[in-house]
Amino acid sequence: MTVNLTIDNQPVTVPKGTTILNAARSIGIKIPTLCHMEGVVSPGSCRVCLVEVEGARTLLPSCIAQVGEGMIVHVNSKTARTARRTSVELILANHPLDCNNCSRNNNCELQTIASDMGITASRFPRLVQEHPLDLSTSGLTRDMSKCILCRRCVTACQNIQQVGVLAAQKRGFATIIGGGAKANLAETTCVQCGQCAAVCPVGAITEKDAIADVWAALDDPKKHVVVHTAPAIRAALGECFGMPAGSRVTGKMVTALRRLGFDKVFDTNFAADLTIMEEGFELIKRLTDAVRDKKAVALPQFTSCCPGWINFAETFYPKSLPYLSSCKSPMQMEGPLIKTWYAQKAGIDPKDIVVVSVMPCTAKKHEANRPEMVDSGFKDTDYVLTTRELGKMVTAAGIDFVNLPDGRADELAGESTGAADIFANSGGVMEAALRTAYEVITGRELPFPSLHVASIQGLDGIKEAAFKLDGCKPEFSFLEGVTVKVLVAHGLGNAHKVCKKLEAGDLAEYQFVEIMTCPGGCIGGGGQPRMTDDNVRRARIAAIYSEDESRTLRKSHENPEIKRIYAEFLGEPLGHKSHHLLHTTYTPRQ
Amino acid sequence: MSEKEHTCGCDNALYQELNAFIASVPRTRDSLIPVLHKAQALFGYLPVDLQEYIAKALDVPASEVYGVVTFYTYFTMQPRGRHTINVCLGTACYVRGAKQVVEAFSELLGIKIGETTPDRRFTLTAQRCFGACGLAPAVMINQDVHGRVNPKKVAELLEQYK
Repeated sequence: MTVNLTIDNQPVTVPKGTTILNAARSIGIKIPTLCHMEGVVSPGSCRVCLVEVEGARTLLPSCIAQVGEGMIVHVNSKTARTARRTSVELILANHPLDCNNCSRNNNCELQTIASDMGITASRFPRLVQEHPLDLSTSGLTRDMSKCILCRRCVTACQNIQQVGVLAAQKRGFATIIGGGAKANLAETTCVQCGQCAAVCPVGAITEKDAIADVWAALDDPKKHVVVHTAPAIRAALGECFGMPAGSRVTGKMVTALRRLGFDKVFDTNFAADLTIMEEGFELIKRLTDAVRDKKAVALPQFTSCCPGWINFAETFYPKSLPYLSSCKSPMQMEGPLIKTWYAQKAGIDPKDIVVVSVMPCTAKKHEANRPEMVDSGFKDTDYVLTTRELGKMVTAAGIDFVNLPDGRADELAGESTGAADIFANSGGVMEAALRTAYEVITGRELPFPSLHVASIQGLDGIKEAAFKLDGCKPEFSFLEGVTVKVLVAHGLGNAHKVCKKLEAGDLAEYQFVEIMTCPGGCIGGGGQPRMTDDNVRRARIAAIYSEDESRTLRKSHENPEIKRIYAEFLGEPLGHKSHHLLHTTYTPRQ
Repeated sequence: MSEKEHTCGCDNALYQELNAFIASVPRTRDSLIPVLHKAQALFGYLPVDLQEYIAKALDVPASEVYGVVTFYTYFTMQPRGRHTINVCLGTACYVRGAKQVVEAFSELLGIKIGETTPDRRFTLTAQRCFGACGLAPAVMINQDVHGRVNPKKVAELLEQYK
């Protein structure tokens, strides 16, 4: 069913239920928005998208108001223009104007809208709320003095992630977004996913900045500074420099990191391949214990790469903890290996090594600071930068990122396969694990076109795949004829559903479950270049799969550096050294 | 969370009545305001641990419950005393020394405006003119109006309310 209407004298036909905002966009009329996020119901709180509709009693927020047959809409009328401008002026009257000192300077939606509207002076007296900075967590900084009360973070926290930490408190001028009676984030059940920071239009919620620490390490001649980058960075970093979403910039990223002065440029992908070896063999062990030896084993096994998910499980579903793989995340495997294996090979005292990881994630900052993450004898990961922070450092260094030549990651902990690339996408860890586990069990390649498990790809919230094991190798004959069922969920709202099923005993027929905190997986992480729309997620997902397909080696167990580290250092998957350096335990928390 | 952990010095019977009410409404966020009304009627106020109890019972985030409680002025997080002292700060009372009267109450009771004494005997509040300008400075304790109050009379006044 379609609806015909007129917007600024242009006829337009759109499906019934379309908002005026999207109808206007479809004919190239841009209406400013601050609180709106595509795909979720707008709170309609910012009043920046007001339009005039003939016959309507009041101006309507176009992000909520739906089109009607014969509607005559004016975006560019004096009344509508003035109302939108007044809304922005009122927000600005209650907003700090030290833009030059703000982390969002030149990257702020409020600043852009004010500039687009040509606002150069304020008609209203200034009434700025002063609130203390919340620096209580490792991952996030909240500066409520800068908050414009758009409630995007509330939508992300309550509706999408369903963690329920952030909500509007008090009323009127005293309104503040916060964690209820708890004074700061560290006292709440916040899992540090950073989806609030990813959607904040201004500088009110950002990652805890590690840029100064990293510069200090780079500037210290006594320090040997090593960097590694998560799979998702290469599909998003280009956006920091105006490149379109989905640009693959792996080679430019490596070159940029060298030019920033890092002594070694490794790749978290190496540790992602290692994770597949450890986690894949852990799954095979659990299956062996359960199917062959009839032992009571926690199955299905849940992935453990995602620090937001770990925090979530520890906080909300402590009973799920035995089901989690004991494998550390790739970041926390790479760190201790750099300070042991690489330090040994390079003849460098690990106390002089500084490990910097670049992550699409704010919860990774929390993970790096977990007290147990010191298995190398030192802090395994010294500093975590988000994709956005790396973008800022590259810009600050005057590097022309877009025109950089491609570089290659350094040897020992820099080689990787396509299986590691796809860790960035929801469904990727599962697919990567299946590529290796299936081959270990049957001796044959995973029997799907292009090695992809199509049904667990994409943006559906909860996805499944099932296939029968046949032709198993003699040592796995007990798995002959077993139907493998796997489940993949992303976004913590979906994780809630999966965990409730687990608690109710409804996951008994599954062997392996992948959970990623952020919608889309790490490509949509809380530390990635900000975006509020699924098209950006889809572009990044496609970039990651094409990165995978461009590789000669696409299975973790084929990575020559993985073979080497087992031969020369670790011994075997789940061996003594692996257990010490690559595995961890979880703690229920209230 | 057990009921015992949440007695907040109140009777467990109050929790039982609250539980019965919660059981009679749908377990959705739509029930939040009716449940808060009931809880405040029972307990007299809505302390944070009672809010958290309700949040769990209705499966609504505690931050949202706190948001609703702090949004509506009807809801209070301060316990009320057995007696409410209401000092008039209207113009007439103010020029005749109401500020000193409030300060005297405040000092004697050890609480600020809007607070309740730890023994729950008194809650101190202030209001603009309640129409007893001829008696300025005026103080209402519960429903009793006391006129021409001065700081020296405050202690004696309190003695009348146990």
